[in-house]
Amino acid sequence: MRKQTDQAPGGRARTLRRVLRCIRPYSGLVALSLALSVLTVALTLYVPILTGRGVDLIVGPGQVDFSGLLAVILSILISVLITSAAQWVMNHINNQITYHIVQDLRGRAFNHLQELPLSYTDQHSTGDLISRVITDIDQLSDGLLLGFTQLFTGAATIAGTIFFMLSIDPWITLIVVLLSPLSFVAANFISKRSFAMFQRQSETRGELTGFTNELLGGIKVVQAFNHQTQACEEFDAINRRLSEFSLKATFYSSLTNPVTRFMCAVIYAGVAIAGGLTAIAGKITVGQLSSFLSYTNQYTKPFNDITSVLTELQNSIASAARVFELLDAPPAPAEPTDAVVLRHPKGEVRLEHVDFSYTPEAPLIQDLNLSAAPGQRIAIVGPTGCGKTTLINLLMRFYDVHSGSIKVDGHDIRQLTRQSLRTSYGMVLQETWLRSASIRDNLAYGRPDATDEEVIAAAKKAHAHSFIMRMPEGYQTVIAEGGGNLSQGQKQLLCIARIMLCLPPMLILDEATSSIDTRTEIHIQGAFETLMKGRTSFIVAHRLSTIQNADNILVMNQGRIIEQGTHEALLEKNGFYAQLYGSQFASED
Amino acid sequence: MRRLLHDIALHPFLTVMAPLFKMLEASFELLVPLVVARMIDVGIAPKDGPYLWRMGALLVLLGVVGFGFSITAQYFAAKSAVSVGMAMRRDLFAHIQTFSYREIDAIGTSTLMNRVTNDVNQVQNGFNMFLRLFLRSPFVVLGAMLMAFTVNARAAVPFVVTIPVLLMVIFVILLASMPLYKKVQQQLDRVLLSTRENLLGIRVVRAFARQEEEKARFRQEAGSLYRRQVFVGGISALLNPLTYVAVNLGIIAILALGGRRVDAGDLTQGEVIALINYMSQILTELVKLANLVILLSKALASLGRVNAVFETRPSITDTGEPVPPAEDQPAVSFEDVGFAYAGSQEEALRGITFSVLPGETIGIIGGTGAGKSTLANLIPRFYDCTSGTIRLFGQDIKTLRPSSIRAHVGIVPQKATLFSGSLRKNMQWGKEDATEEEIYRALDIAQAREFVDSKRKGLELPLQQNGGNLSGGQKQRLAIARALVGQPDILILDDSASALDFATDARLRRAIHTSTQTMTVFLISQRVSAIRGADHILVLDDGRPAGYGTHQELLASCRVYQEICASQNAGEGAAAHA
Repeated sequence: MRKQTDQAPGGRARTLRRVLRCIRPYSGLVALSLALSVLTVALTLYVPILTGRGVDLIVGPGQVDFSGLLAVILSILISVLITSAAQWVMNHINNQITYHIVQDLRGRAFNHLQELPLSYTDQHSTGDLISRVITDIDQLSDGLLLGFTQLFTGAATIAGTIFFMLSIDPWITLIVVLLSPLSFVAANFISKRSFAMFQRQSETRGELTGFTNELLGGIKVVQAFNHQTQACEEFDAINRRLSEFSLKATFYSSLTNPVTRFMCAVIYAGVAIAGGLTAIAGKITVGQLSSFLSYTNQYTKPFNDITSVLTELQNSIASAARVFELLDAPPAPAEPTDAVVLRHPKGEVRLEHVDFSYTPEAPLIQDLNLSAAPGQRIAIVGPTGCGKTTLINLLMRFYDVHSGSIKVDGHDIRQLTRQSLRTSYGMVLQETWLRSASIRDNLAYGRPDATDEEVIAAAKKAHAHSFIMRMPEGYQTVIAEGGGNLSQGQKQLLCIARIMLCLPPMLILDEATSSIDTRTEIHIQGAFETLMKGRTSFIVAHRLSTIQNADNILVMNQGRIIEQGTHEALLEKNGFYAQLYGSQFASED
Repeated sequence: MRRLLHDIALHPFLTVMAPLFKMLEASFELLVPLVVARMIDVGIAPKDGPYLWRMGALLVLLGVVGFGFSITAQYFAAKSAVSVGMAMRRDLFAHIQTFSYREIDAIGTSTLMNRVTNDVNQVQNGFNMFLRLFLRSPFVVLGAMLMAFTVNARAAVPFVVTIPVLLMVIFVILLASMPLYKKVQQQLDRVLLSTRENLLGIRVVRAFARQEEEKARFRQEAGSLYRRQVFVGGISALLNPLTYVAVNLGIIAILALGGRRVDAGDLTQGEVIALINYMSQILTELVKLANLVILLSKALASLGRVNAVFETRPSITDTGEPVPPAEDQPAVSFEDVGFAYAGSQEEALRGITFSVLPGETIGIIGGTGAGKSTLANLIPRFYDCTSGTIRLFGQDIKTLRPSSIRAHVGIVPQKATLFSGSLRKNMQWGKEDATEEEIYRALDIAQAREFVDSKRKGLELPLQQNGGNLSGGQKQRLAIARALVGQPDILILDDSASALDFATDARLRRAIHTSTQTMTVFLISQRVSAIRGADHILVLDDGRPAGYGTHQELLASCRVYQEICASQNAGEGAAAHA
């Protein structure tokens, strides 16, 4: 859904100006391209005149001027060769300009994504952001390329044609100039009419796509319930409706060509009659008439081209607006110039009177206080939506607190460089992320300079070594996009190994073992124990059994810490935690 | 291609009409240069003004008739293409419905969606353009050459040389650039992948402070895309200049040859102009043809992909005997069953043997990747086992009709999939004519009644696609209810209560147990507490059976089961306390 504001003329003009600004670095090339375009158009239009002159030298038996003809032929040859060379160079330059701009814009968009606060990327769907960086920029490049190649050339051709026609005979030119807008108007009329049908078609197509996505996405369920026949019937109903609209849209839009061709035929006839009569009167030669006729044939083409370029440009500008919208999103606040680099932190973390919410209407974390001594193990439990993950977002400074402060070793984290703060934490999330690269490269993501021995040692500690060795190419096995060739549990083990290699001074484990079965979990629990020794650790887990030996268990509900203490103390208290703990193991009798 | 021909054959009349009228239109267009030649030779030279008017009127008439033909052709082309598209889409969708899980896994659902939507549209558009232009252009090219020969055979010689040269230029450039365009597309996909990957892992990237490396990586991919685009652009930019040169060389030849013919007296000036006009017509048509070839090659690629789906035959067809009535036979029995996924060397399951009587409950437990879901999918015959035998009520499952099996087996996978529409419509998936009572009974058992009632819309409660307006636990309960509506003989709950809290899960199991006496229930879970009350428990470890018996028996004898229990041991203790 494009925003209305992008379509407003003011917004559109502003976007267009910004697109032009992107072109500015290449203004030298653009000027060259325009010069070549003028040359090409002039020569292309000059050739029919030469041809006409050639025809005039061939009047009848015994009336052929061979030496003159040879000169004309030579001129045609030279013009044609120069035109083609100029045309190729011009196209090549246009490609370079366009693709360079696209590369620049993509680079800027991607770099900007790296600087945006997570609040932006969390609020926009990945698909939307990808389509801005890929599809929209592609659409923009199509528009630019067409704009470069056809808009100026088209306009130059129209102007040039009129000029050359005027130089032959003003009156016949008048006929062409007066009649030709007719085809333009007719084409416009049709495209407006067919636009409505296209919209109905794309709505129905969207409906069909939605239905297909839903039913094929759930095809295993469809089969489990023998629902195939009904599915096909419903599909057919939408399909029928789609083809009705499709027929109309396709037919109406395909009228443009016949109509323009017809208008062209009428103009052609008009020129033939008027030109013939003028020729009888002796005002023009037969060769000039033939030049005129060939101009008439070419004359309507640039009009059609310009129409299609203009629609394409409209789409491009809408796309450009979406790209600029992304580029305009304010980046995360810059670090203060005197930002402190956190070195070898002891790991003392204090949260003082922290308030935070994602949206002002729904306050989430309120007056949260917490202090973790170096080396302490802090567990966070509570029902879904109580703010556990938010707390991690704040610790990592993915989001900034609204009021209060978070301090590491006594420094407010807003005074630290983001890089030194974040690399001080080792983070394992429930959502495993691996990139499509070799297993080795993935494990060494946080420490690209690690030796093979170190990588293998880390994998062994995370109990990932044995399954890695069973992969077809061991550590060199390339992980498919999204980790398709690994199970969820295996992916989690790799993420754990990735952290084992970095040995950061503090740890954040957010449901780090949720996809690993309890038996394997026991095995890697040992590795975690070693890892956590002497490191301040924050652990979020829904399996309460994994956090029983934490130094401090925070029980959160609705953004507040409602209880805290050790496992035993909390059970003793028989409050929310004890209830949560009991419900987890309620048996059926 | 055969599929396309088959769909075309459904409407032979429509399909023939479009090209036919196109050709008629083109023939009228080819007459125009002849008329103009007459105007010059008969009208201008003897200064016959009225003749010019008559011929001018004739030109307009030719235009009108051509216009009529052309509109007719456009209509039939649109009609034919739309019919072909509709038939292909319908057949493709229906064909996909016959696939077994094996084919679905191999092709992938997102690919299948693309085939049904984008690819069929491409084929439809391509076929429409094909009908409109592909026959017209060669016809005009050849027609123009023929007309040139009727004007004057000796002066028309340049046509014989120019046309093959033009065709060759177009052919060579297309041949060289198409694979390069494919590479550009692949590189664009890589750029897309980089962006996607980065966005999905944005927290990890920042946690490791690797933004700068990510930027460098992206720059590299984007730079490579630029180089490929400019390279292929340079090659295809040759097309216009080269064809332009070829045609103008043809015109030069006509002037040179024509000059000599006119001098000799067997060609007129008007005819020279006609020849030049034919040459220009050829250029226009060939450029259109080249653009069309690019468009058609896309459509052909789509057609190829659609055909690949059509050519995939379901490995399990809906044939066989109906499921026999339940007699004194075990409801389900596995005899030394093994299974390997297509293309995989390693067996995901092997040596599985057990049998369950009607009304019994069997628990299946094991770690991630132990093969629990694989086993569950063998019972409704979503896959065929690769060794051993599975029997339903004593009959080898491979002799039974899949649709009949699925009418007797209800399976609820871990990921609850619901469909947009009312709750009632979703529930009736289990049984087409399910009554209100039957649905409410199922909702009661599935512990879903309470939250459904709280929404106060009854069975008309609208569900969004994939149950977007429900929580994970609510979706799972509705999915269980949907399976219960059909009152299956065998119910398989494949970790389908994982999002429920322990207490609700326990109530659910109790309700199923008490209200469905004759139903055979498979409980698949990672939680000991969920399966400990089952009549039998099968312990799976890495695809192999690690133990089989009751909770007590396994606690005494099975090492893997002991370990699983020990890892959840805290729970046992707490339960004992409570």
